[in-house]
Amino acid sequence: MSRKFTPKVVTANDLRAGDVIYLTAAGQWSRNHSEAELLEDEAIAELRLLSAMGQGDRVVGPYLAEAKAGPNGPEPVHFREAFRTRGPSNYAHGKQEVAHV
Amino acid sequence: MYNYSDFDEAFVRARAAQFRAQVERRLDGSLTEDEFRPLRLMNGLYLQLHAYMLRVAIPYGTLRADQMRQLAMIAERWDKGYGHFTTRQNIQFNWPKLTDVPDIIDALADVQMHAIQTSGNCIRNVTADHFAGAAADEVADPRPVAELIRQWSSDHAEFQFLPRKFKIAITGAAADRAVIRAHDIGLQIVRQDGEIGFKVLVGGGLGRTPMLGQVIRDFLPQADLLPYLEAVVSTYNLLGRRDNKYKARIKITVFENGIEAFRAATEEEFARIRPQFTGVDQALLAGIAAQFAPPAFVAKPVDFYEKSLAVDPLFAAWAGQNLTAHKRADHAIVTISIKAHGQTPGDASADQMRLMADLAERYGYGELRISHEQNVILPHVARADLPSVHAELLRAGLATANVGLLSDIIACPGMDYCALATARSIPVAQELATHFQALGLEQEIGALKIKISGCINACGHHHVGHIGILGLDRAGVENYQITLGGDGTETAAIGERAGPGFAYDEVVPAIERILRAYLDLRADRQETFLQAYRRLGAQPFKTALYGEGARDAA
Repeated sequence: MSRKFTPKVVTANDLRAGDVIYLTAAGQWSRNHSEAELLEDEAIAELRLLSAMGQGDRVVGPYLAEAKAGPNGPEPVHFREAFRTRGPSNYAHGKQEVAHV
Repeated sequence: MYNYSDFDEAFVRARAAQFRAQVERRLDGSLTEDEFRPLRLMNGLYLQLHAYMLRVAIPYGTLRADQMRQLAMIAERWDKGYGHFTTRQNIQFNWPKLTDVPDIIDALADVQMHAIQTSGNCIRNVTADHFAGAAADEVADPRPVAELIRQWSSDHAEFQFLPRKFKIAITGAAADRAVIRAHDIGLQIVRQDGEIGFKVLVGGGLGRTPMLGQVIRDFLPQADLLPYLEAVVSTYNLLGRRDNKYKARIKITVFENGIEAFRAATEEEFARIRPQFTGVDQALLAGIAAQFAPPAFVAKPVDFYEKSLAVDPLFAAWAGQNLTAHKRADHAIVTISIKAHGQTPGDASADQMRLMADLAERYGYGELRISHEQNVILPHVARADLPSVHAELLRAGLATANVGLLSDIIACPGMDYCALATARSIPVAQELATHFQALGLEQEIGALKIKISGCINACGHHHVGHIGILGLDRAGVENYQITLGGDGTETAAIGERAGPGFAYDEVVPAIERILRAYLDLRADRQETFLQAYRRLGAQPFKTALYGEGARDAA
């Protein structure tokens, strides 16, 4: 029996800047996890990932990451993904450094 | 110190130009990521968790003052104002943009530096004793040979697609400060009947299957070095497994075939290719060696140094901890700790890099070294100048007197940066350092090497830490395994796992229990943690960690 599908977001790194990005419902890339599209249907998730993989001129290494619904939009589930939403813990660098638009 | 030949200059510039064109083709869509990845890795460019990372080689850990200044410039202009020195004597920039990397590579080439072969399945940056050319206990300076190996291995046509990465380390002294027993090939310069040669070890490595290197040759004459290395790597290239990434390192090849069979195959290949080496390499080596002639040491009286020791306790404490005997009695080797309590092990800001470059120029004949223990060395400083050096380091926050103590921790970047990591390393190191400083126990505990890796690949050398910490992901939670009794020196040993792992917030208390047990159990103040562990075995420390039922728990 296949495992029950759990919600995901599509995430990748920006080709030029290298920073973490998320695919929104509008098909745009956001630097903010809470703006990602929460994919609760496995077939749609696979389609969105395929679409992201077709954007190799803009993004690197897209994959589906576990996420859950939160009051302000999707939230990461695993600690690795939580770190990716912020940046490192030893300096206030990365996303926690600047409020990205 | 070595200066690029016209050939080196042309080679590095050509590679910089090639990479610029490759980046352009990636950005305009001509290259896919799958096509580009091997090209960027050949030039030291990784894509990490939050950003790209550029790993720059510091061959055998040797840097000139102008090179250190250029690293500072790069850190400020294209990164976030700091760099991270690694356990393989490289420097990593954690935040470059892909679009800026070609300019960074050009800036490196301007000071005879590059990022070639700092990644990929090739022969990596050759590492060496960071006290090379200065240590009192050295048979010979290993850097000329290390440079010869760099030239031989750079773009070596046969060794660009090895089964896996390949690391060589070399030391010129019996005291192993280069962890040669944990390298694919470890070389120790030895003297036999007046002749200089090498003891050669193969098959060492850490990672998921830690093994110590075995001696393949007790004495290799100097002139045989390159053909012998070529024979070892060729044998590995043919015998090494390519079906399983985790069994592809030479340690597995040696283990599966046995050292005798591996040696026989190597010797056969060596006999075949030895005649091809007609002495050009030895002429080259002689030219390189001339460039590593010792600086023109200036003799200075040591009275002021001795007086400072007597009247300045801060200076005396630093001198007692951070100096090593130089081959000249009126000089000393200075280890600058870039591990102030609570700081990230191995990180230096651009300002700190510039200050260290200035000090090297004013007091250290222009030379700097990077140690695999993630500190910076001024290899030659007249003792008379030490009080001035210390005063300047103090002003820059670089005078922490902790070399060889608990807070002199090796830590890999871990999940704060690394895409492969399974847990964080840096904050564990920071908390250990500040916690024991607050307890005031660091001096009392004395000599201790704690090494932390954020995944099984063991970049933080945890297997050879007296106390090793390995961060893992256990069901979505960070979990830390502790190993005890490891040693990376000439008395090398792989640490033994103490038992079940600890949650992130349990690690520091667990280490404290181990060290309080050590303080209770040691024979006297002179007995180090490692000595006590070797005398007592693991059990009392397991009991300290897990309680009386430890034998079952572990």
